[in-house]
Amino acid sequence: MNRFLWPLVGFVALVVLLAVGLNLNPRDVPSPLVGKPAANFSLPVLNAERKFGPEDMKGKVWLLNVWASWCVSCRAEHPILVELGKKNIVPVVGLNYKEVRGDGTTDMAKTDPAAEERLARQNAAKWLKQHGDPYTLSVLDLDGRVGIDYGVYGVPETYIIDKAGIIRMKHTGPVTPDILSSRILPLVAELNK
Amino acid sequence: MMRRTAHLLAALVLAMSSLALQAKEAAPLAADPLTEKRLLAITTELRCLVCQNQTIADSNADLANDFRREIRKLIAEGKSDQEILDFMVARYGDFVRYRPPVKGTTILLWAGPAALLVIGLTTLILYLRRRNSAISDAALSSEEQRQIAALLDPSSHDSQNNKPQ
Repeated sequence: MNRFLWPLVGFVALVVLLAVGLNLNPRDVPSPLVGKPAANFSLPVLNAERKFGPEDMKGKVWLLNVWASWCVSCRAEHPILVELGKKNIVPVVGLNYKEVRGDGTTDMAKTDPAAEERLARQNAAKWLKQHGDPYTLSVLDLDGRVGIDYGVYGVPETYIIDKAGIIRMKHTGPVTPDILSSRILPLVAELNK
Repeated sequence: MMRRTAHLLAALVLAMSSLALQAKEAAPLAADPLTEKRLLAITTELRCLVCQNQTIADSNADLANDFRREIRKLIAEGKSDQEILDFMVARYGDFVRYRPPVKGTTILLWAGPAALLVIGLTTLILYLRRRNSAISDAALSSEEQRQIAALLDPSSHDSQNNKPQ
């Protein structure tokens, strides 16, 4: 009996290790930006002729949600954001990420910057009209440069930024009702205290 | 025969040219070959976060293209290789490096395989030693001695073999 005990223990330990490994999400890369100040930017606002930057939100707890009309997972989380927007709990700013060049159907060699911005405004506005607009406002990150500063590598992504402009949480992938109620809203409530 | 070969060749050339037409145009290189050389060296050290087991140098993902564009810009601004790596790590974490630095959170990653090898070798050596001593210590009973003698005795051996079946 004892002969088989240790190999059995070893085998069970290996199974547990592999089971845990299989259930980890390889896309869930911890962000080094949590606890750091949100990078500054100044980007054109969708449906308006002005610019917006994180400094405009100083003194408020807010969400920054990275989205694009070509992003399939954004459709999954969008109704949840629309619901959240109706409740007026926390302002949600949309970072529209590479609206034109991200979808891969536009030949960028033949599109000048002005045309790209025009097309982005058109596509993004149409998509929000169709699916609902939960955002306080959306800004256009046409070339994804601001995305790099925020460590964006998969859309959608959501950041919680506190009153002092510090990133307190980053969520990669669609926001689910579970993540919203168990992680995002409690943190927002705590930061608002 | 010759004609057939010529036809085959023509078909092959056609097939290859259509493939070439389908292939995407290469991304424009920076005018400076030194920049490209540095870009290649840096991007070989960086992980593409979309296709996680590729380096940025190997990857054709949109994000990898954005990183290349950004790194070209940083090189043009006169940043050192280390500064550029730090720029990436500050935004994407140690995971973005193909060779993560040795520190508390990565020690298992670096030392794990060596530790497993040591544990395995130690276990093997201990097991073999225990088995060896178990074998040499075993004394034969008198019954076993008698059986050995019977087996080694040539006369009994022959007589057994010659027995009619």
